[in-house]
Amino acid sequence: MIVEATDRDSAFLADVKRVAAGVAAEHAVDVDFDARFPVEAIDALRELGALSAFLDPALGGAGVSLDALAAACFELGRHCGASAMVFAMHQIQVVTMARHGEGQEFFEDHLRRVAAEQRLVASVTSEAGTGGDIGRSVAAVTPAPDGMAGFSKQAPTVSYGAHADDLLITLRRAPDAEPGDQVAVLTRADQHTLEPQGTWDPFGMRGTCSPGYVVSATFSPEQILAEPFARIAPESMVPVSHVLWSHLWLGIATDAFDRSRAFVRAAAKRSPGTTPPAAAKLSHVMSELSLLRAEVYQGLGDYSRHMDEPGREWLSTMAAALRFNNLKIAASEQAPRICQGAMGVTGIVGFKNDTPFSVGRHLRDTMSACLMVANERIHQTNAGLLLIAKEV
Amino acid sequence: MTDRIRRILTDHARLNVDPDDLAESDDLYQSGMTSHASVQVMLALEDEFDVEFPDAMLTRSVFESIASMAAAIAQLVGSEVAA
Repeated sequence: MIVEATDRDSAFLADVKRVAAGVAAEHAVDVDFDARFPVEAIDALRELGALSAFLDPALGGAGVSLDALAAACFELGRHCGASAMVFAMHQIQVVTMARHGEGQEFFEDHLRRVAAEQRLVASVTSEAGTGGDIGRSVAAVTPAPDGMAGFSKQAPTVSYGAHADDLLITLRRAPDAEPGDQVAVLTRADQHTLEPQGTWDPFGMRGTCSPGYVVSATFSPEQILAEPFARIAPESMVPVSHVLWSHLWLGIATDAFDRSRAFVRAAAKRSPGTTPPAAAKLSHVMSELSLLRAEVYQGLGDYSRHMDEPGREWLSTMAAALRFNNLKIAASEQAPRICQGAMGVTGIVGFKNDTPFSVGRHLRDTMSACLMVANERIHQTNAGLLLIAKEV
Repeated sequence: MTDRIRRILTDHARLNVDPDDLAESDDLYQSGMTSHASVQVMLALEDEFDVEFPDAMLTRSVFESIASMAAAIAQLVGSEVAA
């Protein structure tokens, strides 16, 4: 069984690497420049069946491991940060539905459709009026005629919402439910409408196309995941987000490092017999990169080791919440530091956008990391948990 | 024990109902206890009962009702007596 799983993982990764170094890399610059959706890379991933790779073969997936998904995010991140982020965010929704929709007929059928049609799933967790806390909602599941349900949610950012086939949305369970009494609902593009709020011209991660929308839908109650979001978030959505995001940030930082190393090697070849001054700076960047890599791999290891425990008990502890919050904070701060260090190595050549050593996009893309669930918001949560958690 | 827990809930849980009106098995999160308030409840329980909740007990489900808190405290107090 183990050999079989490893073969699946390596076949999947070889495919993703080819897309990453090929079509994703080829369009990375114009995806960034035009702030457009990376349609070529996502279509190429669809052709591989990569959007359902994590799903069990019984549902039409390839049954690859979370480790393989994380490695795929890393590989895509090395070539196109936006493609990597779209892929990662989609996988977060798929993993969440696979882990929490088991035994629910609608979700098992829908995951088969995700595999058969290579449907792209986006998420709608952020909401105006919650102070950036995804554990609270304003919008609620509201009864609609003919046994249906509905909602209308003001979301300040919905990544690739206009390009997604499905949305996974957090909502209060009912009109009279508390802000923290949430459920997750899956709606299809033929059921929801997205009314754009503002434009999309950001500093980095431009290809994710993440403007705000008022999202509204009418749907059948069976499209609500039965488990409360208060369990879904700590057991799957939050840690998987932080694990996959940190892998793609590591990928971007690794490419920035590789570009600065190529710059130093080119300088060394021009003046044989001497070590270029930038080589010492490169050594500093390498040690920063090794710190990031260690934390990212350890974070994945901690999740992989516990993800399939019966009852998922460790994942529901405060110690686990702190652990994955720390992964997010550390990786999101360290990745842009490495990109900036790489720019320090390359100087003006890396600062320019049109050289083989350009690292401006890398720096801009990784600077989105501290905003995706704002680090200060996470520090506030940690501050509360630290009052009571013992071993951290 | 449950009376002492109810008093702590009155002081710290910021529920939208009177804790005295709750059944022991009622879900406190559905009565508006936030994760921030739950930390305050945990601290107050540790103080009141002179116990320390180990990390394995610091989960949402242990603090979701008066009954689940009472069971956890009884387990901790019992293990101290046994030791």
